Amino acid sequence: MKIAVCLKRVPDMDVRFKIAPSGKAVDETGLKFDISDFDGYAVEAALQIKEKLNAGEVVVISLGPDVVQEILRKAMSMGADRAVQLKADAVPADSFAIASALAAELKDGGYDLIMFGRMSIDTAHGATGAMTAELLGLPVVNAISKLEFDGRTAKMRRELEGAYELVECALPAVVTIDEGIARPRYPSLKGIMAAKKKPLDSKPAQLPASRLTLDALALPPERAAGRIIGEGSAVVPELVRLLKEEAKVL
Amino acid sequence: MSNNVLAFAESRGGDLRRAGLEAVAAARVIADARGGAVHAILFGASGIAAHAARLGAHGADAVIVVEHAAFAQNNPEAAAATIAARMSAFGAFVCAASATGKDIAPRVAAKLKVPVASDATAMTVSASSVTVTHPGYTGKILQTLTLTATPAVLSVRPGAFLPKEVAKAGTVEQATAAADPAASRVKVTETAAGNAAKLDLGEAPVIISGGRGLKEAANFKLVEDLAAAFGNAAVGATRAVTDDGWRPHSDQIGQTGRLVSPDLYVACGISGAIQHLAGMRTSKTIVAINKDKEAPIFKIADYGVVGDVLEILPVLTAEVRKAKAQ
Repeated sequence: MKIAVCLKRVPDMDVRFKIAPSGKAVDETGLKFDISDFDGYAVEAALQIKEKLNAGEVVVISLGPDVVQEILRKAMSMGADRAVQLKADAVPADSFAIASALAAELKDGGYDLIMFGRMSIDTAHGATGAMTAELLGLPVVNAISKLEFDGRTAKMRRELEGAYELVECALPAVVTIDEGIARPRYPSLKGIMAAKKKPLDSKPAQLPASRLTLDALALPPERAAGRIIGEGSAVVPELVRLLKEEAKVL
Repeated sequence: MSNNVLAFAESRGGDLRRAGLEAVAAARVIADARGGAVHAILFGASGIAAHAARLGAHGADAVIVVEHAAFAQNNPEAAAATIAARMSAFGAFVCAASATGKDIAPRVAAKLKVPVASDATAMTVSASSVTVTHPGYTGKILQTLTLTATPAVLSVRPGAFLPKEVAKAGTVEQATAAADPAASRVKVTETAAGNAAKLDLGEAPVIISGGRGLKEAANFKLVEDLAAAFGNAAVGATRAVTDDGWRPHSDQIGQTGRLVSPDLYVACGISGAIQHLAGMRTSKTIVAINKDKEAPIFKIADYGVVGDVLEILPVLTAEVRKAKAQ
């Protein structure tokens, strides 16, 4: 099975973000970057499919400036066979523009399965995978938490609010991956050494103009500082009184 | 460009979902700013038309009902094709940013070759564009984004646009799907309730959430008891707990799980890892119970109680029952 996994490079979220002087970008000073969370699950799921079948190829693709090569190397150190960088000065805000560039790269690739994370953890629109599928004329199943194959039919589970769907679809297809499918492995030293010799192809991204403009960024209002009302179960009646009379939630 | 707006009237298992009414409420904002009408499109098996009146009573001027046996299950391919085929008559398409809505919006947008803005929490409307507030970076950065393409395609965050009843009824039009719904390549074979009796985390006004401080899976009974005492509460969990299999993955609240903002969030034995805070910090009132008074959860809790959660929860449950009985 030939599998493509599309990856985004995102900052580590466990920080207090600052906004750059332009007002339209996050200040990247001191930020650490990695493969976006759900994209990492997609890489792991792809590698497990290849290992189970003991055949096939996993190709990782990322759009952006040369720094995206770091995450492509990381995915190859986990076990992906080769990588493609779609070179662009920046990643546009418009998922349709991104999907157009990805579709141009993927359309003649002969992929059986194209995988995405269900959304990027930074801009979080969750649209690129489904849009790429539409542009390629392929079926897409979004946000799957389980994936199995019965011949050329993918059998999946999709989480809903308080429910789930069982979904089937014939290959070739696009899927976007939710958490729970597979926890990404850590690259081994051997994997890291091997990744240095794996092919990484860099070519210009065919990006159309973005029609979703980013006007401004803002930090959300801070919560008031926390308050400890007391210790032990003796304080419970006071808590209930506050919930009733002050917060008015009881 | 048409000033009319199409809203996705989300349904599941033959029932109209609140998400559908919220899409109508958000569509109303755009249509009212432009002097246009809101049309709602409702897909389902035969009989779904019975819900059209409720859409009308919540602000849809017209309801387009598409009935077909193959819409008994969610059928995103046929629904998106049908919506896209009708969009020449509309200036915008709105759905809720639910699991179903987030699946539909990008399909529709790509078919029309326009961008999509997801998860809008607020919007401002001009004659030719829609500007939305979009929480990104796990809610730590609010992006202001403008859709300049026509039609504007967007999804709105659950709870951000509240359904309002109006004193009128919408017209109803029976329509057929643009693509044969039975021929969709993506087939939903079954929709199963995670737990039918359970309130959904996205809709519950109160969430009682448990973490490692509960010590073992069986002690989640105490969390469930407190939720039952409230009566309008759902049970959530931290990633540590869902990773360990104490609770299903779908209960996870946090950066990579559900993002919730209930009226009341009770964190039981939760230390407050950034991953978890990202999913619940916008809750209106936060209560934290934890034995470590230095735990980060206390920095954002409106009411913190230091102590053993296993000892405090039964007492709290009894007090809440008492208060509810009054």
